[in-house]
Amino acid sequence: MIQYLSDNFSRLLVLTLGHAVLSLVALLISVVVGVSIGAYVGHLRRYSFLAINLGNVLRALPTLALIAVMIALIGFGFVNITIALVVLALPLILTNAYTAVTGVDRGMVEAARGMGMKDLEILFQVELPNAIPLIMTGVRTAWVYTVATAYLAIFAGYATRPGQLGSLGDIIGNPSGEGTTGVLVAAAFAIVLAFLGAGLITLAERAMTPTGIKLSRSAAMAPA
Amino acid sequence: MTEAHSQRPGVEIEFRSVTKTYPGQDTPAIDNLSLTVPAGDICCLVGPSGGGKTTAMKLVNRLIDFNEGEILIGGSGVRDVDITALRRDIGYVIQQVGLFPHMTIEANIGVVPRLLGWSADRIKARAVELLDLVRLDQNFAKRYPSQLSGGQQQRVGLARALAVDPPVMLMDEPFGALDPITRNEIQDEFLKLQNEIAKTVIFVTHDIDEAIKMGDRIAVLRQGGVLAQYGTADELLGSPADEYVADFVGADRGLKRLSLRLMRDLVKVSGENHAAPADAPTVKGSATLRTGLSVLFASGSRVLKVTHDDDSATVIGTVTLDQLQDAVYETAPKAPTDVVVAGEA
Ligand SMILES: Nc1ncnc2c1ncn2[C@@H]1O[C@H](COP(=O)(O)OP(=O)(O)OP(=O)(O)O)[C@@H](O)[C@H]1O
Ligand SMILES: [Mg+2]
Repeated sequence: MIQYLSDNFSRLLVLTLGHAVLSLVALLISVVVGVSIGAYVGHLRRYSFLAINLGNVLRALPTLALIAVMIALIGFGFVNITIALVVLALPLILTNAYTAVTGVDRGMVEAARGMGMKDLEILFQVELPNAIPLIMTGVRTAWVYTVATAYLAIFAGYATRPGQLGSLGDIIGNPSGEGTTGVLVAAAFAIVLAFLGAGLITLAERAMTPTGIKLSRSAAMAPA
Repeated sequence: MTEAHSQRPGVEIEFRSVTKTYPGQDTPAIDNLSLTVPAGDICCLVGPSGGGKTTAMKLVNRLIDFNEGEILIGGSGVRDVDITALRRDIGYVIQQVGLFPHMTIEANIGVVPRLLGWSADRIKARAVELLDLVRLDQNFAKRYPSQLSGGQQQRVGLARALAVDPPVMLMDEPFGALDPITRNEIQDEFLKLQNEIAKTVIFVTHDIDEAIKMGDRIAVLRQGGVLAQYGTADELLGSPADEYVADFVGADRGLKRLSLRLMRDLVKVSGENHAAPADAPTVKGSATLRTGLSVLFASGSRVLKVTHDDDSATVIGTVTLDQLQDAVYETAPKAPTDVVVAGEA
């Protein structure tokens, strides 16, 4: 295993970078779409069937089958695997954002409305700041799922080529060529990537959560 | 705004035959409600749980829209002005969760000023002024709500509602979550404050004693949002419109009524009618009739000597047990004779 590592180290690093880029692109698209829709539907506190059903339907799609269908529709490549990963990550982020915003105390929201805040002012100044911790929990989960699934890029025809980074799927999806050791080492790199990213997301969550919310949470958790 | 805390005293609020039926319900939550709150008065809304107090209050800032009738603030209909402008010009205080936990106290107080586009300096200056007004230390400005006690939070809630010096305030059980001592304190302070700023206030409470203390007028609602009686505390206690109101204000309404008046209002100048015996108990002129009665009972005497507030040696006159008893009943012309209330006899 040490042998495999030292023989392939720079290649592993490049593939991990590609894996990270692929996961990150899918995650960012999912965050933009998922948080927007989830938070707005949550704010309306109506059309919840939309958020929940859309989430459930997307989640029921097996990623590999989706890749196969999209090969027929749009062909091989980066777009194919990115769409597949977005379909995986989006429902997690969307339902979390929806739940986070609907979970904001109704009394507080009504106080905001009573004071003359308009809908978007309520969403941005009251609901989202209070919903950040739960939204970020969804983003973190989605990141881990995405990294764990991105190796399927190899089946979507996205592999290392000149001008293309590829993913750890190059190794994980090729056990006959790389051997069990290779698959295990590549999987370990993917796990490290997942944890690193999750750690960074936690840091981002801390930075984004308003001080007052942190204080009220620690106050709530302090022993009586 | 300058040093003066308030430059915009209250304006009249009028409900004209207002009816509200929630969608999908057969009976109205507010049924043909008509009442006028004079400018600068506190109107307490009391009634049973589900009686429509909160609904009636929210109709004013249109958090809930009514089906029929009209509500006028300072003579103009609440539906004739922009809903956002209407709400920003009405102070709104609710129980518990009113404050935004993610904002500092200063930012909480500055919410409506910010919405109205005040400059940062002006908002800061106003926050300083308001913290003073609600008697909170200036170093609270940078703290967060979770770092304040319930009573302090409620003071901030008051300050926030007063931020743009609105003529009208809506308060939904604002002191309901506080312990009795803090509640009493903050009630007193609010009354003192109200003496200065003279806002028109709609104050929802389910506590009749709080209503008697706070309300210039009290509106008693019954189940179904029907107005049972509207009047001063003295009117409600002295002549409840019916058994329901009599029941609601309590069997001890005679005693409560005695709490509304002071000994000095009842004093007869010594020597005119009753020369007080030398051993008669004394009580200050600023004591309530209820206190006087209690002192009288404790002493076994039938006459009280009333003294000057600052000088307990100066007797300003006397009050007899009969006078106190009369005070329970007088100016109660509308009292229905068929209603017998326990404790009144
Ligand atoms: N959003 C709503 N939709 C439907 N019905 C409602 C709604 N809000 C209140 N009601 C009903 O209207 C009636 C009056 O409610 P309201 O909240 O005004 O009572 P309240 O006097 O404030 O009671 P409490 O003392 O419990 O606060 C109740 O029967 C209640 O169930
Ligand atoms: Mg209520």
